[in-house]
Amino acid sequence: MSNIPETGRTPRVTTRLVAIQIIVFSLLLTLGGRLWYLQIRNGDEYTAEAANNHVQQVVHPAVRGSILDARGVPLADNETRLVVSASRTELMKMKDNGKAVLTRLAGVLNMKPKDVLDKVRLCDAKTPQPCWNGSPYQPIPITDEASPKQALQIREREEDFPGISAEPTAVRRYASPGDANAAQVLGYLSPVTDEEIKKAEDSRSPLLRSDQVGRNGLERQYDDELRGKAGVTRYEVDNLGRVIGQAESQRAQPGANVVTSIDARVQAVAEKELDQAMKDARKEMDRNTGRRYEADAGAVVVMEAKTGRVVAMASNPTYDPNAWVGGISGKDYKKLTGKKSNYPLLNRAIQGQAAPGSIFKVVSSTAAVNAGYPFDGSYNCSSSFNIGSQVFKNFESKGYGPISLGRALEVSCDTVFYDLAYKQWQKDGGNKPKKHPADWFYKTAHQFGLGKETGVDLPNEVTGRIPDRQWKKDYWKANKNAWCKYGKKDGDYGRRIAYENCLEGMKMRAGDSVNYSIGQGDTLVTPIQMATIYAALSNGGTLYDPTIGKAIISADGKKVQEIKPKSHGKLPMTQQTRSKIDKALAGVATRGTAAWRFGGWPQDKIPMHAKTGTAEVYGKQTTSWFATYTKDYAIVMTISQGGTGSGASGPAVRNIYNALYGVDAKGNIDNKKALLPKPQAKLPKIDSDGSIEAQPLGKPIQVVGRRETQQ
Amino acid sequence: MSASTHTYTARRFTPERGTWGKLMARDSIVRRLDWILLLAALALSAIGTVLVYSATRNRTELNQGDPYYFLIRHAMNTGIGLVLAVGTIWLGHRTLRGAVPVLYALSVLLVLAVLTPLGSTINGAHAWIVIGGGFSLQPSEFAKITIILGMAMLLAARVDAGDRVNPDHRTVVQALGLAALPIAVVLLMPDLGSVMVMAVIVLAVLLSSGASNRWIVGLIGAAVVGAVLVWQLGVLDQYQIDRFAAFANPALDPAGVGYNTNQARIAIGSGGLTGKGLFHGTQTTGQFVPEQQTDFVFTVAGEELGFLGAGLIIVLLGVVLWRACRIARDTTELYGTVVAAGIIAWFAFQAFENIGMTLGIMPVAGLPLPFVSYGGSSMFAVWIAVGLLQSIRVQRPVSA
Repeated sequence: MSNIPETGRTPRVTTRLVAIQIIVFSLLLTLGGRLWYLQIRNGDEYTAEAANNHVQQVVHPAVRGSILDARGVPLADNETRLVVSASRTELMKMKDNGKAVLTRLAGVLNMKPKDVLDKVRLCDAKTPQPCWNGSPYQPIPITDEASPKQALQIREREEDFPGISAEPTAVRRYASPGDANAAQVLGYLSPVTDEEIKKAEDSRSPLLRSDQVGRNGLERQYDDELRGKAGVTRYEVDNLGRVIGQAESQRAQPGANVVTSIDARVQAVAEKELDQAMKDARKEMDRNTGRRYEADAGAVVVMEAKTGRVVAMASNPTYDPNAWVGGISGKDYKKLTGKKSNYPLLNRAIQGQAAPGSIFKVVSSTAAVNAGYPFDGSYNCSSSFNIGSQVFKNFESKGYGPISLGRALEVSCDTVFYDLAYKQWQKDGGNKPKKHPADWFYKTAHQFGLGKETGVDLPNEVTGRIPDRQWKKDYWKANKNAWCKYGKKDGDYGRRIAYENCLEGMKMRAGDSVNYSIGQGDTLVTPIQMATIYAALSNGGTLYDPTIGKAIISADGKKVQEIKPKSHGKLPMTQQTRSKIDKALAGVATRGTAAWRFGGWPQDKIPMHAKTGTAEVYGKQTTSWFATYTKDYAIVMTISQGGTGSGASGPAVRNIYNALYGVDAKGNIDNKKALLPKPQAKLPKIDSDGSIEAQPLGKPIQVVGRRETQQ
Repeated sequence: MSASTHTYTARRFTPERGTWGKLMARDSIVRRLDWILLLAALALSAIGTVLVYSATRNRTELNQGDPYYFLIRHAMNTGIGLVLAVGTIWLGHRTLRGAVPVLYALSVLLVLAVLTPLGSTINGAHAWIVIGGGFSLQPSEFAKITIILGMAMLLAARVDAGDRVNPDHRTVVQALGLAALPIAVVLLMPDLGSVMVMAVIVLAVLLSSGASNRWIVGLIGAAVVGAVLVWQLGVLDQYQIDRFAAFANPALDPAGVGYNTNQARIAIGSGGLTGKGLFHGTQTTGQFVPEQQTDFVFTVAGEELGFLGAGLIIVLLGVVLWRACRIARDTTELYGTVVAAGIIAWFAFQAFENIGMTLGIMPVAGLPLPFVSYGGSSMFAVWIAVGLLQSIRVQRPVSA
């Protein structure tokens, strides 16, 4: 190395060697530069891309919380079913993509191999059902109805069933304790849609593809609380989707339990009584139409008078909420949403609206008092009332001569209210209304909370309608074209009405006001609204937002969030007026229109207040309304095309009270038989493990058909 | 006492000491070896062993359940390569010069054998002879050496004999003909990557031999025309065209052809300065990059060792090439210069193409990274080349 030898090379070779050297090192420099560019300059970008490459989520669904009644009895809970599922990633590792394993599995489950294979294929535009719509890293359920024997076969021969698991899995169940199915109150679940996932992306509770969400009723209202939070394990996977490591794991947080104010026993009674009342009504002949009553739909609300909490809420026709579990069949869905079944999914207690008839008179009486007519004044209860050529008859009663407002309520005298309403209409300018009419009757109705939602904790409550001047204008604008086209001056009744409406439908006519005062015409209310009002009459005037949810209790039982009663106003009346109306309504039950239904009722021990209502609906049979309250409860029942208030709904409501207070036919009170003589104030007991103790249901109350007929 | 001492001394300083002394003597072969070159090459092979292990330890379908399968084999290949290098030094490049015709003929026969039913197709290139027992031979690797040796022999013969200053045209034509035969066969395989390397070798050999400028310019022109013809005449398979298309626009088909290059770039880019740590590369463990123990081994370094580790490989390659350039410059014989220049061109271009394709600046071609990639034939060939370089260095006239 010390002596560098002389080379015999030509300068040309030396130059070219230098050139080669320069080229070689510029190539290496290029590589170094590019390496710097990728790793240092753009390193972050590629790091992000690399991270996206590999992480796949596996979701462990959270157990959905239960919906319990006030005494801890589960109305909706979960049952453990043996679910057999296949891990697609495991199957895809096999030479035949798991075909042999799935075929073997089909044999054990008594299924066709093709059905099983179809279930694990991934859905795409070209693949018809059945196919798997979820994440390919999620175990795909093959069946949720495996028998323990089948599950055992699969688990004991693990080597024959690689990638197949048979695990007990929680599946929603609507228990119908003591036959209280409460279908419309509970609602139902169905798989989440793409839009919902997108919408919930940035929200507090993002949805996962595997989630079921509440679609109606309490399941929807308390969906966030009930659903809990699914656990997610993020796996690092390789380019073929094989798991090579676990990135992070988040345990599933089970959903909270919702304790409701529903009492399963009372609910069962309410449902049965409503159903029986409708069945009975269908046996009755309607003298107006000459047909038997249709009694096509009905609802009943039992509410705690002092809190607005709903003890029972039934809607008829009804359905079995378990039809939704595990995915509803096309046939069932068609049945539930079809016209033929009269839409059993509707909760008619909050979504059914009808003219209230005479149960509206508590509003009219208050309006009259507020307009300056003394409650105890003397008002003429004539047998009919004329405005020009129009004759308004006393519907539910005959003429009683001069009577007080209280007595007018008791005997449900229409003409008293006709007269008062007509006078008010005239005071407000009649056919040429003042700029700022007092509109006492309409104003008061709004103050009672009518024409808007009560705020019940159920989705899709409807508002009902107070046909005031504004509404008349809006309604006329929306319909005048149709009316003017259809209306005929001397056509049949319908065409004549349309003709009239076309000409002066925007105007508040005397007839409108008069009809309105007895809860007829365009007025619409829901049973829950009326229950809220009658409960307020009972409790001293507070209009509570009806609630069904009473408390949300975390799965471990440690966090209890009570849902406190909230009010949306006070009845627009003095205590004096209230107590007078209260007295009058007690009179309805003892000597008025409902007295025949409360024969033998222990009025001295449990003062009963009631108001009957029979609303006329053009082209249909009358709507039966029955609004009642004691100091503890308010019960409102309605039956569409069911007949009179007391006739169709009376016995059912009385029977519900009998059950609540333990009253027998003779009026004896047996506290042992009473289901709920006092509203359930306390929450059910929570055990240390977070489970909620259910109290025994007791013997179901028998409901028998009634043969009594209307007077 | 003295007798016993004598006996002891006699025993102690006889044959072993003689050999050892000879090896360690001031002008001995061992002392004159380019140790920097040797250590850099050894370091590359050692890094390669670790990277190959990282890329294959989880790949049960390749390593037959033994995570160390590739690690052991790569180390063995390096060992065999070292032995081949020592053998080459021991024989000496001058001795080998005499055997060049035989070696050339042998390698051409091997290359031809690939075209017979003996050959196998691996990754689209029909370039292999599977020996069995998990071993396979890639004759084109050895053909690179024999092209260098054969051309150098022809081109340097008359210059080293003192007959001429530069090789004459006839010699150049002969030398080109000698190279053309194996290149044509390799082109038929088609092993386009090897053809490119060989073409660069031919160019460098001609350059360093002092052949006329006209030959150099003409050859480059011919290469361009040839490339255009090859493209137009459809000699290329679709996959080769696709590789070039994807190189030109990697976003063209990110799930298809562009996928490999894209994933390779993600792997390297995500390594950052210091990498994700050995065995912690998600791209590597996730097998997002294909052929990661062979052609795409550089991505493992890029991802797991980062800029520092991957840069070290480039630096080490630079050291090898730097020493090789010195050897080419320092030798007195044109034969040695030409052989060294051929090896430089081979190593440099192959490394540039290999790393360049993983970095997305060169089209994808199936070429191993010298010393680092897994593969017996390639490993043996580059170590024989190291042996040749060392031999050129140690066999230069000592006493001048």
